[in-house]
Amino acid sequence: MSKSVVEVPPKGGFSFDLCKRNEMLANKGVNPPSFRKTGTTIVGLIFQDGVILGADTRATEGPIVCDKNCEKIHYMAPNIYCCGAGTAADTEAVTDMVSSQLQLHRYHTGRESRVVTALTLLKRHLFNYQGYVSAALVLGGVDVTGPHLHTIYPHGSTDTLPFATMGSGSLAAMAVFESKYKEGLTRNEGIELVTEAICSGIFNDLGSGSNVDVCVITKGGKEYLRNHLQPNPRTYTSSKGYSFPKKTEVLLTKIIPLKEKVEIIEGGDAMEE
Amino acid sequence: MDLNMHLNAPHSMGTTIIGVTYNGGVVLGADSRTSTGMYVANRASDKITQLTDNVYVCRSGSAADSQVVSDYVRYFLHQHTIQLGQPATVKVAAYLVRLLSYNNKNILETGLIVGGWDKYEGGKIYGIPLGGTLIEQPFAIGGSGSSYLYGFFDQAWKEGMTKDEAEQLVVKAVSLAIARDGASGGVVCTVVINLEGVTRNFYPGDKLQLWHEELEPQNSLLDILNSPSPEPMNI
Repeated sequence: MSKSVVEVPPKGGFSFDLCKRNEMLANKGVNPPSFRKTGTTIVGLIFQDGVILGADTRATEGPIVCDKNCEKIHYMAPNIYCCGAGTAADTEAVTDMVSSQLQLHRYHTGRESRVVTALTLLKRHLFNYQGYVSAALVLGGVDVTGPHLHTIYPHGSTDTLPFATMGSGSLAAMAVFESKYKEGLTRNEGIELVTEAICSGIFNDLGSGSNVDVCVITKGGKEYLRNHLQPNPRTYTSSKGYSFPKKTEVLLTKIIPLKEKVEIIEGGDAMEE
Repeated sequence: MDLNMHLNAPHSMGTTIIGVTYNGGVVLGADSRTSTGMYVANRASDKITQLTDNVYVCRSGSAADSQVVSDYVRYFLHQHTIQLGQPATVKVAAYLVRLLSYNNKNILETGLIVGGWDKYEGGKIYGIPLGGTLIEQPFAIGGSGSSYLYGFFDQAWKEGMTKDEAEQLVVKAVSLAIARDGASGGVVCTVVINLEGVTRNFYPGDKLQLWHEELEPQNSLLDILNSPSPEPMNI
């Protein structure tokens, strides 16, 4: 890039200087602290009555599993849910933010939110941050125009599809969808296919694991099946039990309830000046 | 392959996009593959998006950048149409696309082909490659697959084709590019724009003509699973 001779007034918008500095440092071998990512397998598909979303429940911090049962299917509106892959903080923050914006929009218009509204709000935000907000989302919902399913990439591009997968386990899940998906699935067939796709991610991808969450959204309402399938139960517990050595001796136990007793006086005089 | 490679790689459309004029209008054509690194993120994407009733744009390059540019131009053209009181011309649409592309050339990475029909100039094609040049052409090609089509078009394109000739040319060209370019694939979509209006056509990948060294699909595992007595693979 050539240096310009003319002084240009600074433009508004986000300044990416620190991002460039981080990249330069990474090239020199100075790495930033590893942050919590959702390795993830997230999927969505459209069935005859609406949309089914599915997700695994493992959150990783580098090579460590930091949360064995996290929630990756986020609430956006009563009729719209969003699965998030990528940096956990980014997906939580961006979905919370857009969920609030949708609520305000609902108050303003007096109508049910539409999936394309959530889609546009999310893609604009992600594009403005040029991919540095690392959130890859599968957005699904049913509104007056029908069922919709979209994928949103960190750089802000979107696709509209009848079935979609995202995250590190997306290849494993997509393989299941490509062989078994057909149009006009019933609710049970759809849930079974989504569960199979997530399990494929859980068992074949190191970044995904633990349980399967499913969310079914139809015109009538939604059903959030938290831990619909738990194929990885804890199998070993020590027979001796777990005891922790007592370090401090208890001298006195006194419990004070926090709620004070409030006396209500009936009647009374109105305030006068 | 790095676990997170395709999470963070920009979503780009490898692509082959084509716009061709014929006597009476234009034909726009594109493949349907969107790739993220080496993974096909969407095998059925629609790269020909509508700007107004009579002007469409073919998108290539970064998916995010081209979607945002076409969204902005659609919005500006809508306002312009209301203020003008009649449909916008293809030239104005192309000019708006070029303004956005040129003024943000440091940030954007997208090549576009704007094509449409208006009552003043008839069918017109404008190519707007990386950097934001605006160039009016009788035919334009873009995307990674276009490298394989320059010679083909030099030989095959001629003035004053009919609608069917033009559409067949576009389908043949996209299918040739799909055969040679790894980043292009899927189906061929065409949009014909003329005085009568807009017609969208769709040519599935397995119905296209087979080129040199391309084989018929044979002994697919799905056929073996469905057939009563599976035969071993023949080479």
